[in-house]
Amino acid sequence: MDTNSFDSGKQDRRRFMADALRTGGVVAMASAGGFLVGRRSEGEPMVWQLDPDRCTACGNCATHCVLDVSAVKCYNCFDMCGFCDVCTGYFEMNYKSLDTAAENQACPTGAIVRKFVEEKSGQRFYEYTIDEPICIGCAKCVEGCALMNGSLYLQIDHQKCLNCNECAIATACPTEAFYRIPQSQSEILKERAAAVYQARGSQTKRVIERDAEQTGTEIDQVKEAEANELLARAERQRVWRASQQKGSDSQEPSFQ
Amino acid sequence: MNQSSSVYKIRIFLVLGALCLSSSVAVGSELIPVPEFTNHDVPITLPSNPDSPIWEWLNVGLLVIALSLASYLAIVSRSRRGLFALAVASLLWFGFARGGCVCAIGAVQNVTLGMFDSSYAIPWTVIAIFVLPLVYTLFFGRTFCAAVCPLGAIQEVVAVRPVRVPSWLDHSLGLVPYIYLGLAILYAATGTAFIICRYDPFVAMFRMSGNVNMLIFGGSILLLGVFIGRPYCRYLCPYGAILGVLSKGSKWHGRIAPETCIQCHLCENSCPYGAIATPTRPIHKSERVKARGRLAKSLLSVPVLIICGVLVGLLLKTPLSKLDADVRLAERIIQEDAGEVEGMTDASEAFRNTGQPTSALIERAIGQRELFGWLGMALGGWVGLVVGVKFVTLSIRRRRVDYEPDRARCVSCARCYWYCPGEHVRQGLVGDVSQLVSIETTGDPR
Ligand code: SF4
Ligand code: SF4
Ligand code: SF4
Ligand code: SF4
Ligand code: SF4
Repeated sequence: MDTNSFDSGKQDRRRFMADALRTGGVVAMASAGGFLVGRRSEGEPMVWQLDPDRCTACGNCATHCVLDVSAVKCYNCFDMCGFCDVCTGYFEMNYKSLDTAAENQACPTGAIVRKFVEEKSGQRFYEYTIDEPICIGCAKCVEGCALMNGSLYLQIDHQKCLNCNECAIATACPTEAFYRIPQSQSEILKERAAAVYQARGSQTKRVIERDAEQTGTEIDQVKEAEANELLARAERQRVWRASQQKGSDSQEPSFQ
Repeated sequence: MNQSSSVYKIRIFLVLGALCLSSSVAVGSELIPVPEFTNHDVPITLPSNPDSPIWEWLNVGLLVIALSLASYLAIVSRSRRGLFALAVASLLWFGFARGGCVCAIGAVQNVTLGMFDSSYAIPWTVIAIFVLPLVYTLFFGRTFCAAVCPLGAIQEVVAVRPVRVPSWLDHSLGLVPYIYLGLAILYAATGTAFIICRYDPFVAMFRMSGNVNMLIFGGSILLLGVFIGRPYCRYLCPYGAILGVLSKGSKWHGRIAPETCIQCHLCENSCPYGAIATPTRPIHKSERVKARGRLAKSLLSVPVLIICGVLVGLLLKTPLSKLDADVRLAERIIQEDAGEVEGMTDASEAFRNTGQPTSALIERAIGQRELFGWLGMALGGWVGLVVGVKFVTLSIRRRRVDYEPDRARCVSCARCYWYCPGEHVRQGLVGDVSQLVSIETTGDPR
């Protein structure tokens, strides 16, 4: 490089400036990163989840996930289920007969398992569970069950979900039902489901306490833990709903 | 819900009324109660819990290794083959194996959202994925683009017949990434959407599934990439825009001729990305005055352009806010209530089902639109600034004596190194450069 002394002076100055800027840049980035790390006080990653109360069972969940078999699966909230004989979630609307033949089932993959539980005063009760690996999240059963109790609902299975930076279904969901929620919350229950879990939790607690008192034995630890877990689940949902209800106003950045 | 299904609804209720209704269930919002079983516990459905983030930690580690290796290969060992191999490996791991998500480009939005929304918890791994390539670029140039970024790598692999993009077009299209960056930040800051991810052309390919439109978009960009080197990197990538600016001040940077450039211009057309800057001609006194005049004018134009941008930005309020869910929903609800449209959309139906008051929604939507008004002005100003700075940089004449990579645009792919006779000497393939030069210059009519 042919540089005279004047040029090299200029170059020195330039190099000095560049070094200063670079150091400044690194410091700025480090502090911005530090600021962000410090800011996420809970230190928790966020995951995608859908709000079943907003879902209208449009079917996009099955087709828009980036996975071949959608990460969205159907769940049954048994505490809301009628265990009906004629389950509108299980049977095709225009079923030919009420048996488990494939053409009578609403679920295209036959992922709902129907199991007889008991017969009481002439009524037969069945339990419907989801065979999760087979479920494709098409919401056919959710749509059917919406005619009855609405106990079937969709949720993202975090074991399958890749947790895309922008969930492809969120983009396609016509009701904007998708949210980023803290990982430990992991689910969004229907408001009604949260209420029944709350009720079941406190009921169980009352029962085990009463039993313990009556029999004079220790409180059943396993049952108590179960009840507490239910109450905690319901509480998490209540807190989340409240934070959503507050509206986006309080979370909105202020640019003014 | 359409007509036929409500007919079914009635029919099924009738059937059920006969079959399973005991005393208390009324048709309507009442639910069928959970039966009291004599000998069966009603099960509880548990949510699925995510796996531990150990994979993400591994990824950050691999990112550091890949960045270091890429920098070493680009600057110290100057190995095109090594870089290419690393690019393929990155494509396989960061692209196909990991599904390309979260990547540094998309992380721009996570970081923005993390800055503006305190309830959004950004994982430290995402912060690392965002910051590490920036830091490396400050020291070594865009070595991240060379061989680590899977989006870059997939385009690098297909760039086999690159043609030269006319410089006016190159410069104008080169402004798009900055505008895209502005838009992405705007939408991320308001929590509206992550548009970079939404319109990521390659992520559908990395996952080999997904939306057909995106697959077609990605396919076309790849096809284009055969003839125009790295179209996404040069004319869209918002992260590349940041990296380009930082790379200008990088401490070290790959050089075409590591020792002395003998100005044989053999490398001139070797860059598929139009990143080789040619030496400047010495210019005459009178020309110099003119150039100064031009620079002064372009400097003056910057504030004017910013003001124009802000004014144009005022018009952006409504179109920009269209992407916001609340605004769209509120518009729809107002139309429905006014009887301007028939029926309900899924969104309005779902909203009405929740029973929330419309007034709160409309208030929120108005707030959002106001916000987008300000943001639109900011975006307009940003675009004005970007265009202004472009004019200024175009009118600055910096004396350059060698053929050099333009640091902002060069992605350190190391293609050009091989065209330099100096490289052949360094490799011990020829003894003396002057010999090569004489052969070349006698053949050159210039
Ligand atoms: S895309 Fe939305 S409305 Fe459609 S099934 Fe999924 S959650 Fe429900
Ligand atoms: S229709 Fe719904 S509530 Fe009735 S049994 Fe089926 S799943 Fe349960
Ligand atoms: S985040 Fe990705 S993998 Fe998970 S449900 Fe959405 S699209 Fe599917
Ligand atoms: S310009 Fe963007 S897409 Fe291209 S290699 Fe760099 S970061 Fe990746
Ligand atoms: S290393 Fe050379 S060929 Fe590659 S982008 Fe930079 S200037 Fe172009």
